[in-house]
Parts: sequence; structure tokens; C-alpha cells
Amino acid sequence: MLRLLTARLSTWYAGFGRLGHLLADIARGLKDLPTWPGLTAAQLRRIGVDSVPIALFIAAFTGIVLALQASYTFTGAVPLYFVGTLVGKIVMLELGPVLTGLALAGRVGANIAAELGTMRVTEQVDALETLAYDPVSYLVIPRVLAATVMFPVVVALAMAVGVASGFVTAVNLLDLSTVEFVRGLRLFYEFKDIWYGLVKATSFGLAISLIGCMKGLQVRRGAEEVGRATTQAVVVGAQMILVLDAFWAVVLL
Amino acid sequence: MIVFRDVHKAFGDKPVLQGFSLEIPDGATTVILGYSGGGKSVALKHIVGLLTPDAGHVEVDGHVVDALDRDGLTALRAHIGFVFQFAALLDSMTISDNVKLGLRRQALPDAEVTQRADDALALVGLGGTQHRFPGELSGGMRKRVGIARAIALRPKYILYDEPTTGLDPVTAAVMDQLMIRTREALGVTGVVVTHDMRSAYAVGDRIALLYRGAVRQVGTVDQIRQSHDAVVRQFIEGRPEAAADAERSVGSMPV
Repeated sequence: MLRLLTARLSTWYAGFGRLGHLLADIARGLKDLPTWPGLTAAQLRRIGVDSVPIALFIAAFTGIVLALQASYTFTGAVPLYFVGTLVGKIVMLELGPVLTGLALAGRVGANIAAELGTMRVTEQVDALETLAYDPVSYLVIPRVLAATVMFPVVVALAMAVGVASGFVTAVNLLDLSTVEFVRGLRLFYEFKDIWYGLVKATSFGLAISLIGCMKGLQVRRGAEEVGRATTQAVVVGAQMILVLDAFWAVVLL
Repeated sequence: MIVFRDVHKAFGDKPVLQGFSLEIPDGATTVILGYSGGGKSVALKHIVGLLTPDAGHVEVDGHVVDALDRDGLTALRAHIGFVFQFAALLDSMTISDNVKLGLRRQALPDAEVTQRADDALALVGLGGTQHRFPGELSGGMRKRVGIARAIALRPKYILYDEPTTGLDPVTAAVMDQLMIRTREALGVTGVVVTHDMRSAYAVGDRIALLYRGAVRQVGTVDQIRQSHDAVVRQFIEGRPEAAADAERSVGSMPV
């Protein structure tokens, strides 16, 4: 038991060490301006724009369910316009960023780890090095930058769609007027609700892309290692989202 | 000139190179022969700094490779073309973009990049494939693209990692001719890692046999053909009965 615990702690320690190395390599690679800026645009589309449909799908159904559950909970005891309050607060503060983050940990984190792992196994990463490219400048920086920039954009859209779907549900299924819903929505609204969610989303994008890159580049040989790296990227990415979620709640609220 | 000086390299508890020393003169093609998994590719990767030795060092034109910083390595790699065993083409790019990749790093004008890429593809007999993707080509064609990518850089050295492995005899002979033509046309120094004796005899000016992590014998093609060393004979003749002779002479089977 003690040996298992020691091994697990050692693995975590080594993981943080590798993350530190990767961050140092990224800082150094940022100076390689001929390489990464031109490659970042394609990643903005792949990581950001292509993630919009799944994020909006999740947000739309989250808004619907939140409105219905709020109505179910409030019946008779709390004025119904609080449905707008609850939908707005929860979508912007928590479910918008976190559910989108978890979905993108699967979509983006897995994609990055599998792609870089396969490139490692097929010596494409070595080929880049022999052609005098820094793999961190060529592969890692564009992905990390794109995820860090695009996650808040995707989450902002998800927030808007989540609130909108909650509104449509409330107006059509809950006998709530537009004025009442908006009144509830504005009741405890603060601009902080939005930027708090976007700060979280930015940190999720950074964490998921860093973990995906690190796991992918750690692969040394074989399809089995690529599969394992992909799984680990998703699992560790999801764990980091929850840890960061708690961290920001402590620091910013 | 490329020089290996008493290079040791292990992966975990498995030693791969154990005192590997070899001088590779300019202007000739040196073949490093050896058993599968014997460390040939590992030796080759030390030349471009993809691996660093645990002990000893590798020099290229007087520069100690493992002592170079990233800028030094970048400058060194600009003079070395590396042809990977499975070509290692970036599968998300067209053939043309793959060949241009190293040239773009050298910040050449676009017209020159395109011209040199087209010339390199023509030299390997793949003109007209510019807009295709690696997945649309056969294994032999991909290897030829790998050579085109290397020679487009107009390097001083080209390193070939198992260039004929996995190819049918005719395609393998085409690859041999391509390596010979590349040396003659561009005057590059070649280092070929292989276990294919026919290919080694065809392209090599000098042959070194890597055995148990060190050079067992190095010499011209004729010197290797006429070698009396039991291990060398075992390898070049591929005789199962010679394995026992070799085992008696060195005490154990090859790694």
C-alpha cells in the first residue's frame, strides 16, 4: 500500500517536472517567430471553430434542463421569475464553462494527444527536428495558443446559447413571460459572472492543450502507447478542469 | 568528416552501443551493417543530435554534437539530410509541402523553394506527384520522397536509415541506384544503415560491421567480402551453421 502510494506520488512529481520542462521549452520557443504564428491560424479553426457545434449542443440542452428543474424546485415557494436568475447564474458561473471544458477535454485533449503520439511513433517529430524545426515551436505552441484563445470564445457562445435555450423553454413551457424571465436574469447579475466564467475557460484551454501535448510527445513506440496517452490526456484533463474550477471559486468568489 | 569516439548508449538496462568508434570520411558512402536491433539506427541518430551518448561523443566537421546548443544543432542539421526508415513524411501535407519543409526553414525565396523541391522530386523520379498526399503513395515512393526531402536541402551529408527494408527486390535496386546517383550528382557523403548485404555491396565504398555495440570490422567492400573474421562471415553469408562458429569465437550470440 505504501509502495503504491509512493509510486503514485513519484508519478505525479515526475509529471509536474515534465510540465515544467514543457513550459520552459514553450517560453524559449515563443522566440521562434518564423515558425509558430503561421501555424496557429489552422489550429484556431481546428480547436476552436470546429468545437463550436458540440459546445452549443451541450449548452442548449443544459439551458432547457436547468429551466425545467428550477421551475420544479421553485413551485409554490419561490417566485417563478427566479428561473431566469438560476439559469443565468448557473450557466455563466458553472455549467457553461465546466461542461464545455469537459466535452473539449475529450474532443481537443484526445485529438492533440493522439495526433502528436502518432507523429512521435512514425518519426514525424524526429523528421521535424532533422529539418531544423523545434517541435515545440512547430507543434505545441500553435495548439496551446489556439486552445487558450478559443476556449473562452467557445464558452462565451455556449453561455449565450444556454441562457437563450433556458429563456425559450421558460417562455414556452413554464408560463413565464419574457419580461419576468429577463427580470429574474438581471436580478443578481454582475459583469463578474461573465468574466469569471471566461477566466475559467481560458485556464481550461491552457490546461487541456498542455496535457494533450505532453502526453502525446511522451509516446515512444506503438499504437498501444498512443491509446494510453490519449486516454490519459482525457482523464487528467478532466481532473484538471475540476481542480481549476475549485481553485477559481476559492480565489475569485 | 563524421567521427564516433567510444560512444556508449543504453536504454534502461539494455546497452546498445558499447564503445562504438568509427570515422566516416567525406565524399564516400559508408555502410553500417548489423543485426536488427543492434544499434545501427541509434548510432545514426547520434549524428544529428536526436540522441545523445551516455559516454563518448560524436563529432561532425569538428563540432561535438552533444555539446551544441539548440542554435548550434539547427545550424548543423541544415547540412545533414536524414532519410528515415519509413520516410516519416508529415501525412497532413502534400508531397510538395513535405519536400519544401526544410527549405522554408532556410528562409529562401518562394520561387527558389518551389524550383528546388521540383528538381529534387524529378531527381528521384517523382515529378508530377507534388499535389498528392503521402497516404496515396506506395512505401517505395514514400522513401523516394524522403530522399527528395533530404537532397532538396543540398546537404553535405545524407544519412539513410534502412533505405531498402520492406521493399521488393526491384524497388530495393531502384533505391540503391538512387543513392548512387545522388552521391554522383551532388557529391554528398552518405551514411547508410542496413542489414541488406546486396544493398551494402551496391552502394558502399566502405562497410563497417556493428556487433555487440562496437565496430567489429571496417574496410572496403572487397576487404569485407574476403574477411576471415567468423562474425563477419556469419553475417555476410547468412549461414546458420556459421552462427555456432561465431558463438564459439566470441562467447555468446549476437544481441
